[in-house]
Amino acid sequence: MTTEYFNDIGLEKNLHLYKQLVLLRRFEERVYFQYMQGEIPGTLHQYHGQEAVAVGVCDHLSKTDWITSTHRPHGHALAKGVSPRAAMAELYAKATGCCKAKGGSMHLGDPEVGMLPAIAIVGGGNTIVTGLGLAFKMRRSEQVAVCFFGDGATNEGAFHEGLNFAAVQKMPIVFVCENNLYGASTPYHAVSPITDVADRACAYGVPAQIVDGMDVLAVHQAAQEAIASARGGSGPVLLECKTYRYIGHSRSDARHYRTREEEAAWAAKDPIPRLGNMLIESRQVSQSDLDAIEHEIESVLDDAVEFARNSPEPTPEQAVMDIFA
Amino acid sequence: MTQMIDEQQVATQRKLTIAEALREGIAEEMRRDESVFLIGEDIGIEGGFGGAFGVYLGLTDEFGHDRIVDTPISEKVIAGAATGAAMMGMRPIADMQYADFLFECMDELVNQAAKMRYMSGGKVRVPMVMRAPVGATARGAQHGQCPESYFIHVPGLKVVCVSDAYHAKGILKSAVRDDNPVLIFEHKLLYGSKGRASAGGLDLTAYVPEEEYLFPIGKAVIKREGRDVTIVATHISLYRSMQVATELAQAGIECEVIDPITLNPFDKETLFASVQKTGRLVIVHEDTLTGGWGAEVAALVAEHCLFYLEAPIKRVATFDTVLPAAPSLEQVVVPTVERIKATILSLFD
Repeated sequence: MTTEYFNDIGLEKNLHLYKQLVLLRRFEERVYFQYMQGEIPGTLHQYHGQEAVAVGVCDHLSKTDWITSTHRPHGHALAKGVSPRAAMAELYAKATGCCKAKGGSMHLGDPEVGMLPAIAIVGGGNTIVTGLGLAFKMRRSEQVAVCFFGDGATNEGAFHEGLNFAAVQKMPIVFVCENNLYGASTPYHAVSPITDVADRACAYGVPAQIVDGMDVLAVHQAAQEAIASARGGSGPVLLECKTYRYIGHSRSDARHYRTREEEAAWAAKDPIPRLGNMLIESRQVSQSDLDAIEHEIESVLDDAVEFARNSPEPTPEQAVMDIFA
Repeated sequence: MTQMIDEQQVATQRKLTIAEALREGIAEEMRRDESVFLIGEDIGIEGGFGGAFGVYLGLTDEFGHDRIVDTPISEKVIAGAATGAAMMGMRPIADMQYADFLFECMDELVNQAAKMRYMSGGKVRVPMVMRAPVGATARGAQHGQCPESYFIHVPGLKVVCVSDAYHAKGILKSAVRDDNPVLIFEHKLLYGSKGRASAGGLDLTAYVPEEEYLFPIGKAVIKREGRDVTIVATHISLYRSMQVATELAQAGIECEVIDPITLNPFDKETLFASVQKTGRLVIVHEDTLTGGWGAEVAALVAEHCLFYLEAPIKRVATFDTVLPAAPSLEQVVVPTVERIKATILSLFD
């Protein structure tokens, strides 16, 4: 199925998706490195491993479509079009950051590209997104809102209130659950009597699909249908993307609650070589073409880090500005 | 001086209840601006309540269900949808049936609506209104609280208490046009009071001009001028304070009664000028005492006007208790005319 879809969307699209995957992965690797160098303050919740979800979904969205994100928003931000410079500068807490250094890692976002400041309260976006859907519906604007959330959010009341209201109002919303199996250290199965988040959607009359979240083409295909359906006025759709975060919940997590074997099994499904191998096997792309993409991303990130380092700190008066409009 | 409504006009012009004035203000704003809409529980259902206290009665006929959005009993979604829609350029007026239910959506109000502008570095606006009825009315512990003080503690939220029809309408219209989240607290006993015994026999209809007007957020109103003591009060406590002022005038004590209307941002200028004139301050609210907004007002006056004071600052508030259901017990804990009067008199011993 994936091979067929690979052929359907064409070389240019596949290369674009590959490049986006590499951008998101290398961005997180670079951020981790700079963080360990002491250049980035605070804490980090990183996206390594889950890139196929953000890339596969956001590729279908225009700037006028909106997303809500979570405490783990770096990948969503880049995929939605926040520039690496603006994202990196925000993580460096510099005035040139996309939120003027007032959002930081957990609130990364930029309304100019259709992304609210990420919401770091678990499930927080699941009610807020209904306001986006309601506004689009009232204006008959054909915009779509996508709400990214984790498996942990599905045990918050907000998940249920948001899904029910979106469904009864037939809102143009796609709820994208990134089920990475753990809410911080707690396995989903330890706190949920069902295996699949998608099963919860039927309680609200919402169509749902389970997607291989480690396969960017599978996500891309499912998201295309879901977004088209929501945009067309059929109401919300829920996608459950089965995925895995390679790293800890946040920076101080030694991951004692899961095995290295489990991690290795998920790493074997990594979305980057998966698409890379398909590209090479298609004989339309060589390894050196893929290497060139790596080099290109490398220089984009070099530039982003230099930009962030050289940017000014926010001025002290900024601390008490932007509280009220 | 907005507060000095022409007495002759009052005598000859039409009078509205607070509910009628709010309804008129909402309808005017919805006619003026297509982005204004209503969202809440039981607000637009045919044959329904028109909101828990009838404020929206008849509005569905004019505006339809596209702009009067009936929600499930999902307070998080009411506040969340209002916040989200506001960030998309809409101007929602959200309805909470009882202010007690705001605790169901504290995350949406406190973490989202209040903080989005700041977190985005000033890139988003959250022009939403949340209306919430307060006040002890023999409904017990979970349908009678006055929780406005919780919200003055939140940077990013504006907090308003309306106590008469004229200012209720004027400030509601300003709140709809404000680019920030504004919470409007209304007292249940004041909505439609035309002298009902349960509302203390108060006739609270007031002159509301037919011409459009706005009343600004952040401006207090002097309800009665006096030289001896400043009383700051809201909602039904305001009317009880006015009654006390009338009674004490016969004893030679002239009370200056201030309705702050907006609790955050507070009109410090009016407050300080009054206290500097009278040298005495009593704050009256139906919210409980500890950590209530009266404490903040007392602190402000202590910081800025201490050397003008001739007596300690006093607060008359609901005792630090859960609201009892029995009407007789309820009247023990809320600020009564007797308690307000005794507190003021204690300043002149």
